[in-house]
Amino acid sequence: MASKIYQCVEQIGNAIIENKDFLTDLDREIGDADHGVNMARGFTEVLAVLPQEEADLGVVLKKVGMTLLSKVGGASGPLYGTAYMKAAVPLAGKTSLTVADGKAVFEAVIGGIQMRGKATRGEKTMLDALIPAQEAYVAAADAGADAATCLEKACEAAREGVEYTKTIAATKGRASYLGERSIGHQDPGATSATITLESIRDFVKGM
Amino acid sequence: MHNEKGELTLKKLINNPENIVDEMLESMVAAHPEYVKRVEGADVLVRAGGSAGKVVLISGGGSGHEPAHGGYVGKGMLDAAVAGAMFTSPTPDQVYEAIKAADGGKGVLLIIKNYTGDVMNFEMAADMAADEGVQVEQVVVNDDVAVENSTWTTGRRGIAGTIFVHKCAGAAAEAGKDLAAVKAVAEKVIANVRSMGMAVAPCTVPSAGKPSFELAEDEVEIGMGIHGEPGTHREKIRSAEGTTNHLLDKILAEGIYKKGDKVAVMVNGLGGTPLQELYVCNLAVTKRLAAEGITIAKTLVGNYMTSIDMEGYSVSLLKLDDELEGYLNATADTPAFKEL
Repeated sequence: MASKIYQCVEQIGNAIIENKDFLTDLDREIGDADHGVNMARGFTEVLAVLPQEEADLGVVLKKVGMTLLSKVGGASGPLYGTAYMKAAVPLAGKTSLTVADGKAVFEAVIGGIQMRGKATRGEKTMLDALIPAQEAYVAAADAGADAATCLEKACEAAREGVEYTKTIAATKGRASYLGERSIGHQDPGATSATITLESIRDFVKGM
Repeated sequence: MHNEKGELTLKKLINNPENIVDEMLESMVAAHPEYVKRVEGADVLVRAGGSAGKVVLISGGGSGHEPAHGGYVGKGMLDAAVAGAMFTSPTPDQVYEAIKAADGGKGVLLIIKNYTGDVMNFEMAADMAADEGVQVEQVVVNDDVAVENSTWTTGRRGIAGTIFVHKCAGAAAEAGKDLAAVKAVAEKVIANVRSMGMAVAPCTVPSAGKPSFELAEDEVEIGMGIHGEPGTHREKIRSAEGTTNHLLDKILAEGIYKKGDKVAVMVNGLGGTPLQELYVCNLAVTKRLAAEGITIAKTLVGNYMTSIDMEGYSVSLLKLDDELEGYLNATADTPAFKEL
C-alpha cells in the first residue's frame, strides 16, 4: 500500500501535469513558454521513480527534489529541486506531520528558494505566493488552528499573492526582460507554487 | 511530425519532439567521430581525443541554438558541451557529468550565457565538482544590449557574442595558459563584446507546436531573445540597411567602439534567414563602421547561435587588441568553426 506521503506527492504531481498547458501558456506571455512542459516532465519522472511504500518523509521529499533537479531544467528545476530537498531536512526520520512541522517546512523551503534564486518578495516570483502563504499559515498555527485550517489560510493568501503578481513588474528571471510589459500577467512560478499548496490542502482535507 | 494516429501535427522534419536532442547528439557523433564523442548516458559531447593536460572549457545551454554549443567542441575552442532540453538549461547533474568527463587536471572554466536558469544549474554543478576537489571557475556572458543592465533586472542576456568567448578563451587554453589566464581572456572578451538582434518571424518550439509570438504581416520584433522571448518593441519592417543601422545605433551607443578602434564583426543568422540576406546586412555593417572610422579586422557571417527556425539575425561587435586578435586568428578545428 502506498504511503501517505507518496499519495500526497502523487496528488501534487497529477495537479501539475493537469495544468501543464495552462502553466506553459502563462509562461508564453512573459517568459519562454516552457514552465508547464518542464514541470510536467519532472513530476512524470517523480511518479515513475518514487518508492510507493517509503514512509520516511525526509527520504521521499529528498528523492522528489533530486529527481526534479535532474529532470526539469531551466530555473524551475533548481528552485523546486532545492525547495523539496530543503523541506526534507526538518522532516528526516518522520512518518507523520504536525502543524508545527509545517512551519519548519515553510521556513526551510522559502529560505532555500531565496538562497538559490537570490530573489525577495515583490519581484514577481513564486515567493510572492509562498511568503504570504507562510505568514497566513503561521498566524493560523499560532492561533491554535488545525492543519486543514492552517493550509486553507495559506492557500487563500497564496491565491491573493498570485493576483498581486499581476500588478507588478518582474525584476527576476526571464520575465524581467519585459520590464513594465510584464504587468498584467500572473507569474507562472507563483501559480505552480499555489497549485502545489492547494494539492497539499486537498490531500490533508481528504485524510 | 505526426501524432500516434499518424496525423500531421507540425510540418517539420521531426520524428518525435521528445527525441530531437537525443537524435541530434547521436547524429553529431555519427557525422563527426573525429571531433566528438558522447558521454555515456548524458547529453554531453566531449572531444574525441580527450583534453588531458589543458584547461578545460565547458559551455552549454538549452538546445535549439545549433551549432551552439556541440558544434564548437574541438581543437582551439570547447572541450565539452552540455545540451539541455529545447530552450531549457541543462540540469546540474548533466553539467557535472561534463565536468567529470572532460576535466584534464588543469581546471575547468564554465562559459555560461546569462539566464537565471543557466546560472543556477551551472553553479550547482560547479559546487558539486568543487566538493570533489575539481578546480572550477565560471564566466557569465551578457552581450545583449537590448536588455537594460541594471540591478532591477536579471541583467543582459547572453547571445551570439558567446562564440567569441569560446574562440578566444579556447585559443588561450590551447596555447597552454593556466585557468586564471584563460578566465581573464574570457572576461576581456565579455567586457568588449556587444550584440543585438531582431526577428522577422518567430520560432516554433516543436513540443509547444505553435509560434513563440505573433507578428503582423509588416511587423518585426526588435531586441528579442534567442528563445523567442519578446524584445524591446515592435515596429514596421525597414530595409536591411535601415534595420542594421538601428541595431548598430544601440551597440555603438555603449561607447565601447570608437574611431580608430579595430573590431571583429559577427552577423549571425537565427536559423531561418537565407545567407544572402545575412550578407546584405553585413554590407550595411561594413558601410556603417567605415563611416564611423572603425576598422573591421575579421568578419563572421553565418548561423552561429540560432533560435530553431526563427527568421532574423543579430549583429555582434568585439573590440580587439593585439592579444584578442591573436587568439581570434589562432587555429581552431571544430565541426562548426574552422580557422586554419
